[in-house]
Order: sequence, then C-alpha cells, then structure tokens
Amino acid sequence: MDEFMLIFRHEDGKKVASPEQIQVWMKQTMDWIGGIAAQNKFVGGNGLPFEEAKVVHHKKVVTNGPFGDIKETIGGYVIVKANSLEEAVEFAKGSPVLQGEGNTVEVRKIAKGDGIH
Amino acid sequence: MEQQEILPNLFRTEFRKITAVLCKHFGIAHIELAEDLAGETFLAALETWPYKGVPENPAAWLYSVAKNKAKNHLQRYQLFTGKIAAELKNSLPAKEEMIDLSDKNISDSQLQMLFTICHPCIPAEAQIGLALRILCGFGIDEIANAFLSNKETINKRLFRAREKLRAEKVQIEVPSVKEIDKRLETVLTTLYLLYNEGYYSETYNSILREELCLEAMRLTYLLMENEGTNTPAVNALFALMCFYSSRFGARRTESGEIILYADQDESLWNQELIAKGVYYLHKAASGDNLSKYHIEANIAWWHTRKEDTHEKWEAILQLYNQLLQMEYSPIAALNRTFALSKANGKEAAILEAEKLQLKDNPYYYHLLGELYTGSDTKKAKEHLEKAMALAKTETDRKVIAKKIKSLYYFS
Repeated sequence: MDEFMLIFRHEDGKKVASPEQIQVWMKQTMDWIGGIAAQNKFVGGNGLPFEEAKVVHHKKVVTNGPFGDIKETIGGYVIVKANSLEEAVEFAKGSPVLQGEGNTVEVRKIAKGDGIH
Repeated sequence: MEQQEILPNLFRTEFRKITAVLCKHFGIAHIELAEDLAGETFLAALETWPYKGVPENPAAWLYSVAKNKAKNHLQRYQLFTGKIAAELKNSLPAKEEMIDLSDKNISDSQLQMLFTICHPCIPAEAQIGLALRILCGFGIDEIANAFLSNKETINKRLFRAREKLRAEKVQIEVPSVKEIDKRLETVLTTLYLLYNEGYYSETYNSILREELCLEAMRLTYLLMENEGTNTPAVNALFALMCFYSSRFGARRTESGEIILYADQDESLWNQELIAKGVYYLHKAASGDNLSKYHIEANIAWWHTRKEDTHEKWEAILQLYNQLLQMEYSPIAALNRTFALSKANGKEAAILEAEKLQLKDNPYYYHLLGELYTGSDTKKAKEHLEKAMALAKTETDRKVIAKKIKSLYYFS
C-alpha cells in the first residue's frame, strides 16, 4: 500500500464565505475524512490558514500572503493510504473543496524514502 | 453482614493488598510466593474462623497472619540458603525487615504492582489475567470463566507471564516522570480491556460480570488517587466507565439475556453514576492532550440521553470521525457508520458501509442488514443471514434471529 498526498488548491483564497457556508463545509470535510478513516486509510492532514502567511522569494524578498501575483493557493492537505493511484483519486473525488469552481485536488504519491522512489 | 459472606468479601478486598505488599517486599522474582502466602493466609482464616468466630478486626487479623507467614518463610529460607545453597539466584532479601502493611504502603504497593503487571513485555491478554489474579483476587476458575477458557490455558498464560516478568527483572515501582505517560498508556489499555471483558463477557454469571467492571473502576480510581498518575486521560477513562456502568441495571433480563439499548427502560439507568461520570469528564477537560478516552467518554455521555435527536447523532458522528483519525478499529468504523445513518440518512450510510468491506466481521453484516431494513427487505435478510453465520456468541445469534423475524413486519 502506498501513501498519497491530496493537495487542495483554491482558485481564490481571498473569497470570503458566510459562517453558515463555512459550517456546512466543515461538516462535509469532517464526514469525508471520517469516511476515509473508517476504511483505515487515513494517515494525517491539516488545513493551511490563509492568514499569517508569507512568501519568501528569490534573493530573500519576503511578501505578504501567498496571493501576490498568483491567485491560486494551497488550502490544506490530507495524506491517505491507497492500493493504487486510482483509489487515491476516488478519495479525492469526495473532497468538498471541489464544490468551489476552479478549485482542484492534486493527488501525489509520497516517496517512500527507500532509495528507489 | 452474614457470617458466610465475610470471608469472600474480605478476599476480594484484602487478597490483592497482601499480595501486592508481599510481592513488593520480596521482589518480582517471588511473585508466586507472594500469591501463595496470601492464599495461605485466607486458608488459615477459613480453618479458624468457623470454630473460633470471626475476629473483631478481620483485616488486621489477616495482616498479622500474613506477616507471620512471611516471617516464618524467610527464616526457613535463610536456614536453607545459609546451609545449603548460598549461591542461589533470585535470592530473597537477606534482611528480615518488617513487612509494612500500613495503608500508605498498601496503596503504594498496589499502584506499583499495577505498573509491573501492565509491563509492555507481556501481552495484553496476560496482563489482564495477571491483573485479575493479583490485583483483583480472582481465582483461576473465575478468570477461566470470564475469558470463556479453561483452567489449564489460564494457568499456562499466567505462568508464562510471571516467567517473563522475572526474566526481564521488572522493577516493582511507579515509573519515573519521564516514562510515566508511555507506561500509563499500557496501564489504561489494560484497565479498559478489563472493563470491556466484564461488560461484554458472555458468562451468564451476572455477579462476576459486574465484579469485573467494578474492579477495573477500582484500579482506575487508584490511579486518580495518586498525584503523579491522576492525568486527564485517567479521569476520562473513569468517566467512560461510569457512563457504561449506569446501564447495568437495564441491559440484561433477570435470566441474563441482553436487552438492546433501544429497548432498555431508561428509568433503570443509574443517575448517580451518570452524574459521577459528568463530574470526572469535567475534571478530564484540562491539559493539551485529547485521548481516545476523552472522545469515547463523550460518546458515552451522549448515549446517556436516550432521545433520538439530530443534535445527538450529529455530535456522535463527529466524535467517531475524530476517534477514527486518532485510532482505527473495526467497531469504531461500524459505529461511525451507524451514527452517519442517523445523522445523514440511511442512503448515505449504505454507500459508506459498502466501502468498509469488513467481510469476516458479523457486526458488519448486522449493520448492513439494519441499514437495508425498511428499504430492501431481501438485501436486509441476506445480510442478516450472513451475520448469523459469522456470529460468535449465543447472545448475538439471538439478537440477529429476532431481527430477521421482525423483518417481515416491514415487507
């Protein structure tokens, strides 16, 4: 079994949602993760808040937030266990992040550190 | 108290104290000697009391007999080693120090024995067995009964566990502050299993079942009485036990048959224990570490409210979501899916349940049968029949048979 990272990319991190909407997303996300954990396939994960973020550029130039020139930003990640890339993709399809138009979930295999991968 | 009840009750409370103190005094290499001397002490009471009457202070009588027996043993032993075997390994303490049966030393010794018995070098099953024997004063017969096993198997298991503790030269002590969290985890696991052993035991001896649970609670309480081990997780575990125990009077018929949660008479739930659970759950709410006992105690608290509200099931669902991220177990996955059906509807739950694929677990098919009930009787019946074929206990088979029978009311 391999581990995969599902990376949530938000098209526009500055968009503000209503508290009600946030609550709905929270529940959907918790149920989605709970469903993966119930299959014993959840490894870990975290949200990456947009506040208090900095970007360090070439020549050590520091700018505020991840939303300078690019709009798209990473909002969080989840690591899952899966037998194949396809299974990991199926997990990704359940992510509530995808309800936002323009948002994506990138599925990446995690290197095993065994000198081969 | 009836005369004939005095000794068994004293055995329950004093055997472990005497064993723990003696074992602490002699060292782990002589764990069986401690058990034997404690056993002989009670035998002496059994031989004397019926004729001479129960002494005024029975516990003190037992302590002084135990002390004398230990002293005599040490004298005989020293004579033996002095003359014959000076070079024996694992020798008993040379000095004949006073055996300290003060309240403080009794309590300290029991706590230390708890950590010794729950040493990670012996398997969980053996830890529970030894805890039952040494800390709860259970006889081999009772342990075999509780595990639905036989005397021989239990004896072998305990023998191997004692050998291992001896070989590893495990010290009888409460671990250092540095180690305590990790070691405490093992202790809590054992107490949790010990409690479950009682709660879910198949033995029809209801007194034994409750006694197992009470002993687990007593030992957990012991941890709460000691400053170094009175952690939030310990309080959470105790709260969990209180909530579960509150349903003791309601979950079985007089003949020992199980009454399912939904069918229980909630006026029989013990409100005092529920209040106690709430108290310790509040006490558990400190520090930064959220243990699985916190989450399970929270779930158990919600189950002390019988009413089927959406709020209740949504809360339980989220707690299971959290619990599963912390530690997966098939039973948590199944319970989570049941909560999901209550909070998000059966259709959503069926989709999730089919993904679990716990194909050798009777409760998996039981759950699927439950979820299909009302919408697809044929599928419900198929699943319940699979559950029946896989069921391991008579109680489970009865419950499933009842459910299959009731299916026809829906069709």
